[in-house]
Amino acid sequence: MTAEQALAVLAQHRGNAMVITTMGAVGIWPRLSDTPLDFAYMPSAMGEGPALALGLALAQPQRRVIAICGDGSLLMNLGCLVTIANYPAELYLVILDNGLYEVTGGQPIVGSRRIHFGLLAQGAGIRRTYHFTDLQSWEQSAGLCLEPPGPVVIWLEIEGRLGQKTPSPPRSMRDQIERLHRALAIGNV
Amino acid sequence: MISGQELVTGLVSQGVTHWLWIPDSELGRWETDLVSHPRLQLIRVSREAEAIGIAAGLMLGGKKPIVAMQCTGFFDAGDAFRNVVHDLHLPLFLILGIRNYLAYQERRTTDSCPRFTIPVLEAWRVPFQILSPEATAADLVQLYREAQRRGEAFVAALPE
Repeated sequence: MTAEQALAVLAQHRGNAMVITTMGAVGIWPRLSDTPLDFAYMPSAMGEGPALALGLALAQPQRRVIAICGDGSLLMNLGCLVTIANYPAELYLVILDNGLYEVTGGQPIVGSRRIHFGLLAQGAGIRRTYHFTDLQSWEQSAGLCLEPPGPVVIWLEIEGRLGQKTPSPPRSMRDQIERLHRALAIGNV
Repeated sequence: MISGQELVTGLVSQGVTHWLWIPDSELGRWETDLVSHPRLQLIRVSREAEAIGIAAGLMLGGKKPIVAMQCTGFFDAGDAFRNVVHDLHLPLFLILGIRNYLAYQERRTTDSCPRFTIPVLEAWRVPFQILSPEATAADLVQLYREAQRRGEAFVAALPE
């Protein structure tokens, strides 16, 4: 399963959820969806995508929030799994596990392909965890995985891509925030 | 000494909705007041950078969080702070305990934390103020009110 294929399935099933993309997904997602509820967290603080998404989910409890996070990014903030478990929200954390730091050219992460993200999430206290290694299984189950209640962790093992460059967000951060706030009917922060 | 009850009541009256923190021995005295206020949600995090990330999401979603931590955690959370203040331009309000600052001023400590806190704040180019040891909750609430009016990030540093 490639990242593009995995995210295409997600795009088909996201409904009216907010989608927070980080790192490599920032370069793919706008080709699949580019609505005001799609937020490219770039420039970012690596590892803070799930935290930002949790904040959004707590602030907007009537909406589902999907955070797309790489395996390397999640390792930088593993404690967020405990926080996500302890502050239940409609948060759906999608881990794209390619075993690589893709945007820096494809160097392996520590523990590449030997980390059981499902067990890590369950050990943190997140009850609903899913794991897919092939496209067909992910396609068949994506709708169920994205149904409430959250929090949910969806661990997707995907092919790594070498030679990738750091992607660019589709628009400036200011423009992204403005259109997100318009969509959520929020005034200036 | 800042009363936790007066501080929480004052901040909530200004619209504060969430308090994210990892406490230190001084800030931790506010725990009971933070937990007991019916209109404030206390969020405990695993690491200080995470508090800043969650606060960013809350602000993007229309809420008004406060983040509190010790200077040690602030050192560790630098990239998250940089990102939220200078990339996302969100009006983060941070309450920062400076460990051993009073002893440092009197040259009674070898702790390097107080030596580096102010230079690091200056390096991040964020407005900040070191409160006096006699500061009250009303002083802190006033700083929050002014920062929100300006729509800017601000660090209120408490000498410990």
